[in-house]
Amino acid sequence: MSMAAIDTAPTAVRTELVPGRGGGGPASKRTVVAYGFWIFILSDIVMFSCLFAAYAVLSGNTAGGPSGRELFNLHNVFAETMCLLLSSYTCGLGALSAERREPMRFMLFAAVTFVLGAAFLFIEVSEFAGMVARGAGPGRSAFLSSFFTLVGTHGAHVTGGLIWLVYLVAQVVAKGLRPAVLRRLLCWSLFWHALDIVWIGVLTLVYLMGAR
Amino acid sequence: MNGHDHVFDDRTPGVEEHEPSASYLSYTAGLGLAILATIASFIVSQTDLLWPPGIPAGLVVLAFAQIGVHLVFFLHLGSGSDNTNNILALAFGVLVVFLVIGGSIWIIANLNENMTAMDHMMQVRH
Repeated sequence: MSMAAIDTAPTAVRTELVPGRGGGGPASKRTVVAYGFWIFILSDIVMFSCLFAAYAVLSGNTAGGPSGRELFNLHNVFAETMCLLLSSYTCGLGALSAERREPMRFMLFAAVTFVLGAAFLFIEVSEFAGMVARGAGPGRSAFLSSFFTLVGTHGAHVTGGLIWLVYLVAQVVAKGLRPAVLRRLLCWSLFWHALDIVWIGVLTLVYLMGAR
Repeated sequence: MNGHDHVFDDRTPGVEEHEPSASYLSYTAGLGLAILATIASFIVSQTDLLWPPGIPAGLVVLAFAQIGVHLVFFLHLGSGSDNTNNILALAFGVLVVFLVIGGSIWIIANLNENMTAMDHMMQVRH
């Protein structure tokens, strides 16, 4: 009886209201939360676009100082890229394990994601320290100011993401994989995937074009 | 009942709504494609495989391809009607990003073109 009701009633609705445009009533809380966070991520990417624009405009202004070709070590950059890409992958698998209520599997993937993210940060910070030690700090030229701002802001986001991940793992331990925790995990995984997308831009515009 | 709800719900950003085994496969396929695109970018930038003046354009194309792979396989953005809101928000974000970056490069390149005297003055001062 109830099957018949489900099958007939919504078809009439479906012709008028498409899902995503009001069809089927309000979306679930999970969808609303993730959509709101998606909007935040897009605004964050718009903020990054300003830093990308500043870098693109200023990258040639080395003021007699070192250029990207002299400073960038593409072996390090390749390692950084792979760390971030693999961490995005393990983050996705971790989110999937959480959806399937497998806390131990989730912890494992979260740990791998954390280690890969931390390895990325370690390489980046040692690269920055090496540049500053060579006198190529952010104060040297407009190119280096915009470089440190763009890449440093991305690194700060990665740092924030790692702290957030520790906090979420603590929540999973304390509260278990209940819906509110799952929603927070979903937001975090969106954030982490978005950071990898921003890194593709950094890799292409800053490192691959700058090192040529 | 629960499966039926999905038909009428909006698609949640970042959630793959298939059977779990398909999701693992989707992430792994995405990883493979992303690694291929990354290695291709490094090869293009470090060799003369492409016509040298075309290398920046080639790198941009590869970057967009990889961003597409990430959006589809990691963030699960598809073209279904249940994804309309997510795609519309993304399209607006992309529009703003292009206006900001493209506009800045265009305007400043124009200014530089008309400021050759400045370049000359710098040389005189040194």
